[in-house]
Amino acid sequence: MANEPVVRVRDVYKAFRRGAEVVEVLMGLNLEIPRGEFLALMGPSGSGKSTLLNLIGGLDRPTRGAIEVGGQRIDRLSDADLSAWRARHVGFVFQMYNLLPVLTAERNVELPLLLTKLPRSERKRRVRIALSLVGLSDRLKHYPRQLSGGQEQRVGIARAIVTDPTLLLCDEPTGDLDRKSGDEVLALLTSLNRDHGKTIIMVTHDPHAAERASRVLHFDKGVLQLDSAA
Amino acid sequence: MKYLPLIWKNIWRKKARAIFTLLSIVMAFALFGLLSAVRAAFSGGVELTGADRLVMVHKVSLIQPLPFSYMGRIRATPGVEAVAHATWFGGYYQKPENFFGQFPVDPENYLSMFPEILLPEDQKRAWLKDREGAVVGRRTAEQLGFKIGDRVPISGSPWRRKDGKEAWEFNVVGIYDGAEKGTDTTAFMFRYDYFDEARARGKGLVGWYTIRVDDPDRAAEIAQAIDANFQNSPAETKTSTEKAFAQGWANQIGNIGAIVEAISAAVFFIILLVAANTMAQSVRERVNEIAVLKTLGFGPFKVLGLVLGEAFFLALVGGVLGLMLAQVLVGGVGKVLERFLPIFYLPSEAVTTGLVIAALVGAIAGIVPGIQSMRLPIAAALRRG
Amino acid sequence: MLRAVNQIAQISLLNLRNLPARAGSSLVAVIGIAGVVAILVAVLSIAAGFRETIASTGAADRAVVLRQGSTSEMVSFVGGDSARLIKNAPGVRFVDGTALASAELFVIVDLPKLPAGTPANVPLRGVEPAAFAIRKELKMVEGRPFRTGTRELIAGKSAALSFAGLEVGSTLRLAGNDWQVVGIFETGGTLTESELWCDARVLQPTYRRGNSFQAIYVQLESEAALAKYRWTLDNDPRLDVAVERESDYYAGQSQVLTDLITSLGLVIGIIMGAGAAFGALNTMYTAVSSRTREIATLRAVGFQRLPIVVSVMVEAVVLGLVGGAIGAAAAWWMFDGFRTSTMNWQSFSQVAFAFRVTPDLLVLAVAYALVLGLIGGILPAIKAARLPVATALREL
Repeated sequence: MANEPVVRVRDVYKAFRRGAEVVEVLMGLNLEIPRGEFLALMGPSGSGKSTLLNLIGGLDRPTRGAIEVGGQRIDRLSDADLSAWRARHVGFVFQMYNLLPVLTAERNVELPLLLTKLPRSERKRRVRIALSLVGLSDRLKHYPRQLSGGQEQRVGIARAIVTDPTLLLCDEPTGDLDRKSGDEVLALLTSLNRDHGKTIIMVTHDPHAAERASRVLHFDKGVLQLDSAA
Repeated sequence: MKYLPLIWKNIWRKKARAIFTLLSIVMAFALFGLLSAVRAAFSGGVELTGADRLVMVHKVSLIQPLPFSYMGRIRATPGVEAVAHATWFGGYYQKPENFFGQFPVDPENYLSMFPEILLPEDQKRAWLKDREGAVVGRRTAEQLGFKIGDRVPISGSPWRRKDGKEAWEFNVVGIYDGAEKGTDTTAFMFRYDYFDEARARGKGLVGWYTIRVDDPDRAAEIAQAIDANFQNSPAETKTSTEKAFAQGWANQIGNIGAIVEAISAAVFFIILLVAANTMAQSVRERVNEIAVLKTLGFGPFKVLGLVLGEAFFLALVGGVLGLMLAQVLVGGVGKVLERFLPIFYLPSEAVTTGLVIAALVGAIAGIVPGIQSMRLPIAAALRRG
Repeated sequence: MLRAVNQIAQISLLNLRNLPARAGSSLVAVIGIAGVVAILVAVLSIAAGFRETIASTGAADRAVVLRQGSTSEMVSFVGGDSARLIKNAPGVRFVDGTALASAELFVIVDLPKLPAGTPANVPLRGVEPAAFAIRKELKMVEGRPFRTGTRELIAGKSAALSFAGLEVGSTLRLAGNDWQVVGIFETGGTLTESELWCDARVLQPTYRRGNSFQAIYVQLESEAALAKYRWTLDNDPRLDVAVERESDYYAGQSQVLTDLITSLGLVIGIIMGAGAAFGALNTMYTAVSSRTREIATLRAVGFQRLPIVVSVMVEAVVLGLVGGAIGAAAAWWMFDGFRTSTMNWQSFSQVAFAFRVTPDLLVLAVAYALVLGLIGGILPAIKAARLPVATALREL
């Protein structure tokens, strides 16, 4: 059970139409990600690493090929089912944090829980746990504009873990942060992986961030290059 | 619902825009309410007519009087339960601008014919005792300051007194109220026996009759039977249901209904544009956030629901506030227009219709941005940041 | 000074180039203002048309004599003997030994209103032969005048257009008698065109009026002769009448309905104006906030506050004027001359008239739109002026 890869990518192609051209970003990709891994995807812009992340997270569909997460063929799910699947199984962390500016930190973290059938009291409890895990218990009622970049990102992480998802997908999580905040965020991610067994896939430019991962994959022109263990 | 805080917060993302859009909607519905009141006023209380009552006027011309002697024959017609008469007195109090209806009537049969006239027993008894007594509606009483015990002169009536005195004087012995919101309480009623005895011309004549039938379903039949009675008399009659009579009157005032509807439609069209524009802007600047919601697992229909919910909320809150404002305005405007339009109130159908329209405005304003949000491709939208 | 104007011009050009991005909300504001203006003008044109019809009906050199205290012809009563005295009093113009005075009465008859055919009250006026000479504006447009002593009648042009059965040659059955319609007349759009005319001497017995009338219309020797005429009649102990200049009388007659419509129109206009003002404010706020970056940059570069404020106001005013012009034009095109008829409450009979979009109203419309534009522009303009430059630039 623990040996079954949580993510299986088989022979995946992804092409985009840009104007009149068709650009192939991923060409016949194969990949397996075991449970509990902290995987870093690196490579130049346009190499397809973010695209792969989106495909694994069900934000986009492959042009050809299969994507299996937790034993489920997500490329076969309907839009509605995919949304429901995503709510349960995936947590996203974005470079630009992507918090809703009109909501407080608490309510931002609560958002994924609105999609469940949990009663209000239970939702509040989980939100508090998530926020204390990222060290922001004292910032519950703050709005994003009242938080620093590092704090916003930590709220983003809290939101990503509040439903206890199978996968944590991070797209350049430290890209917009200074060194100190970035380190805090990375430490948090590392802790989530090591102490709580979360499977994390992180896209990053920063070799320093990649150091924290257990495995690093390099992309170039839509193809995997190296497979270096950290 | 649990999504309410999210919807509420999104409405207020730009405070000024939300306030102005909301206020525009409030104004539109306030106007709608006011126009509904105008329309009800001009339809002359058609809704308030009695289903079991008929009105009889002179066939040739409604300003010709009818003989008082007809009363017996009307009463004897099968299907007739009761008869009352009234006459247009046509005077004024002190100045011609103080305009209200005065009618000489028979107290007993008039009051029993019109149960919507609420007069306390003791006042009715006083009226029966005082030949020169008069009963006045609360609206006119308040407007002109009439109180029980006042001696009121009415001048300017075409009905001259036998003794040559210019003004007719009456003792106010009662003040009546209306049973319904729209019942006319502007009338000034006094006794026909006193009127007939003291007038110089036209003795034994009345203006029109009101007749109560025992079976409203047979009203038209009975009306014809009544008229048949007087077919070849010097004063031929035309009897119709009270509703038809009021409707005919309203039709003459003109197609106020159509004008009001046209204005309301134009106003709502404009407000729809305003609301739709606001919703479109609001959604346009949130493309990134909507994409985020989708990444979190909000399905396409949930996203549609959030946008529609926002539009509905805006429209319904605006609608409710607007209708409340309309109620206030109707009260105020009613005071100003009292002389012209004695009946001025906000009909309850207007409130229901208004709410339905608010829901429609919300739906239409929200649907296009809603569907756009629904179809938003997540990855592309996120990239746009 | 010149520098300020220069700056304003430059900013305005920038605004124009930026406009397509804000086209949606600008269009909404213009349509909103246009709609509101059109409705206001339409409602007020009803009052204007009605007033025009009635006001043009009376002449300053004619007088109307009613029973003392009567508020209108309808409730008035003048006996035959009195009528004779009134017609021959000093002040009345005589022609060939006959007084230009007509003793008149009227009844209300039922005719189907076009197009629906619902019954309506129409006045049938009985006049004396002098009536034609007195009302010089009356011209026959079809057929001929009625012959005295017969049951013939003529119909006013408005009446013929508004009610059924008034073609020349048709027969009306009224009060159990047949009346022949023998002609159609016009009076240049006055109230009289809503009436039917016949011989007073025939009308009286038909409707059992004995020898009584309701009003006497006289042609005065001159406008100034009214004083003399009135003095004579006021001081005759045998008479109990009131003399009024015809133009004043008709003006008074329309007062109730005109006041009502005007009041309603104004109330409606104010509420709509508030709504439209909020709509305009919305648009202008959007205009300013979408240009925060631009405005901040302009200020950082060295443009003064005032030209920026003025440019916002200018844009708002332009929106208002465009909306006002469109609304006024639409109202004029759709409503001017639109015929309708309604009940004149003071006579309980129909008055046919046309909506009249007067130049006054058009000016009012544009002024109203201008005010809406100004209101829409002022708050956003202030906001634009107060924009804290540094913060605005940093945000971006």
